[in-house]
Amino acid sequence: MDAFKEFRLTRRGLLRAGAVSVAAVAAPEVAAAPTATGRPPSHASIKLRVNGKEQELTLDTRTTLLDALREHLRLTGPKKGCDHGQCGACTVIADGRRINSCLTLAVMRDGADITTIEGLGQPGHLHAMQAAFVKHDGYQCGYCTSGQICSAVATLDEIRQGVPSHVTTDLNIPPPLTAAELRERMSGNICRCGAYSNIVEAITEVAGSAT
Amino acid sequence: MRAFTYERAASPAAAAASAVRMANAKFVAGGTNLLDLMKLEIETPSHLIDVNNLALDTIDSMDDGGLRIGALVRNTDLAADARVRRDYPLLSRALVAGASGQLRNMATTAGNLLQRTRCPYFYDTNQPCNKRVPGSGCAAIGGVSRQHAVVGGSKACIATHPSDMAVAMRALDAVVETVAADGATRRIPIADFHRLPGDTPQIETTLKTGELITAVTLPAPIGGIQQYHKVRDRASYAFALVSVGLIVQRDGTGRVALGGVAHKPWRVEAADRELPHGAKAVAGKLFADAHPTEENAYKLTLAQRTLAALLADARA
Ligand SMILES: Cc1cc2nc3c(=O)[nH]c(=O)nc-3n(C[C@H](O)[C@H](O)[C@H](O)COP(=O)(O)OP(=O)(O)OC[C@H]3O[C@@H](n4cnc5c(N)ncnc54)[C@H](O)[C@@H]3O)c2cc1C
Ligand code: SF4
Repeated sequence: MDAFKEFRLTRRGLLRAGAVSVAAVAAPEVAAAPTATGRPPSHASIKLRVNGKEQELTLDTRTTLLDALREHLRLTGPKKGCDHGQCGACTVIADGRRINSCLTLAVMRDGADITTIEGLGQPGHLHAMQAAFVKHDGYQCGYCTSGQICSAVATLDEIRQGVPSHVTTDLNIPPPLTAAELRERMSGNICRCGAYSNIVEAITEVAGSAT
Repeated sequence: MRAFTYERAASPAAAAASAVRMANAKFVAGGTNLLDLMKLEIETPSHLIDVNNLALDTIDSMDDGGLRIGALVRNTDLAADARVRRDYPLLSRALVAGASGQLRNMATTAGNLLQRTRCPYFYDTNQPCNKRVPGSGCAAIGGVSRQHAVVGGSKACIATHPSDMAVAMRALDAVVETVAADGATRRIPIADFHRLPGDTPQIETTLKTGELITAVTLPAPIGGIQQYHKVRDRASYAFALVSVGLIVQRDGTGRVALGGVAHKPWRVEAADRELPHGAKAVAGKLFADAHPTEENAYKLTLAQRTLAALLADARA
């Protein structure tokens, strides 16, 4: 009985939502109408500092940080791969730490300082890690690359800060900068082209010059 | 994802009160499990209470020599804490065996304990699943059950608890501290925190509606050789098929807890007592009531052999 009632509600909501999406082109404020599930979307205003620039956004609370960056701020460097935290293509640096931007809501990051690949460096003045990826051919199709590079930059910071990894043998001394450590620490960034060995070479070069 | 309203809680008690007042509310911490499930509409809260600003993110040394770990301490920070690395290496090891660097930077102590199963049928909304839709049946029983529980399961559910951290917490006798909507606090020993599935696999812990985890405490360090070994389908970034958390003292006594074999981190005190007698004796007690399926019976052997290897290492 309950299920039936919900079904009818859902259908009616669906029809209405369909009508809204047409109307929304002319009058975006109609967006507060019920969604397909009968619950109206909720909005929130937030501030983000993205690549050094203050941004103010009013977003549907469902918007992930990734979608806020890509769809609202037009920063398409962070990529949507799996959208479930499994591939790492969406990796950005938030308040100094690498995170999967697909698994955090933009509203949860109000006030945060975000660095995307665009903020690390640009053609003409590349970040050392970007230059090393180019030099060592650390990609093929390039889809995972912006996530790989953001992750790699933050990984070196984590090693410097003494964060242990699964392959660290002695927990009570600073973790060593070995290929095994880099591979393990970068395992949250999947590369379907299999450029892994070149990626490790690129990171190793930057690590060597930074320490 | 279904629409939801969002609030940033002002205090732990206010968060708990809001969770009771607002229908269908959920806390969000790192968001790494909840948002994943919300995208799939397996979780459909209509109100989210963000607990990230509650200042529950410190690790404090206690008078009894133990540690009090705030509910919002990130998995990375807990694994990297010098006291944890020195005094509770099992916990550091278990944490870094889980998920990825990015995820551990977001994942919190409380959220990790409360992460939901990785049973593929729980994730597939086209399949019956008593945990997702109570009363709909269990597709894993008679289905592909290679990853599922070998012990403590029920006719309603054979899912496992996927956390690595929780296995270490179980071996270390952690205690979960909470606050309820009326401001009342409680301390729940980790052994009583996660439930077996029984007839109600959708109820996974002994937390009450709206009850907020504020901290997890660890008793004073017990020393010993502490190891965590996780066996999985690839060398990194995969959930455990079987994992073994082990603490052995010089005299051969110790504690053992398993991951990947049950609906909760699996520890049997009678099995701990068998440690001086070797892996076979221990496994006999751990799996005394095991009901594996044809596809996952390998976990019994795998767990025993993994334990045997760790015991040999500890003696060496
Ligand atoms: C690709 C991938 C791989 C992973 N691999 C592993 C792995 O190998 N091993 C492993 O152990 N884990 C793994 N994880 C799971 C990860 O560890 C969890 O998602 C994480 O620990 C959850 O913490 P969180 O803070 O993000 O929780 P959230 O997603 O924010 O919350 C989870 C649940 O806890 C509740 N909650 C949060 N805080 C509180 C509180 N203070 N009081 C009461 N309720 C609260 C929420 O309401 C929600 O129901 C993986 C996750 C992903 C996405
Ligand atoms: S094992 Fe549990 S979680 Fe998996 S399908 Fe059965 S009831 Fe659902």
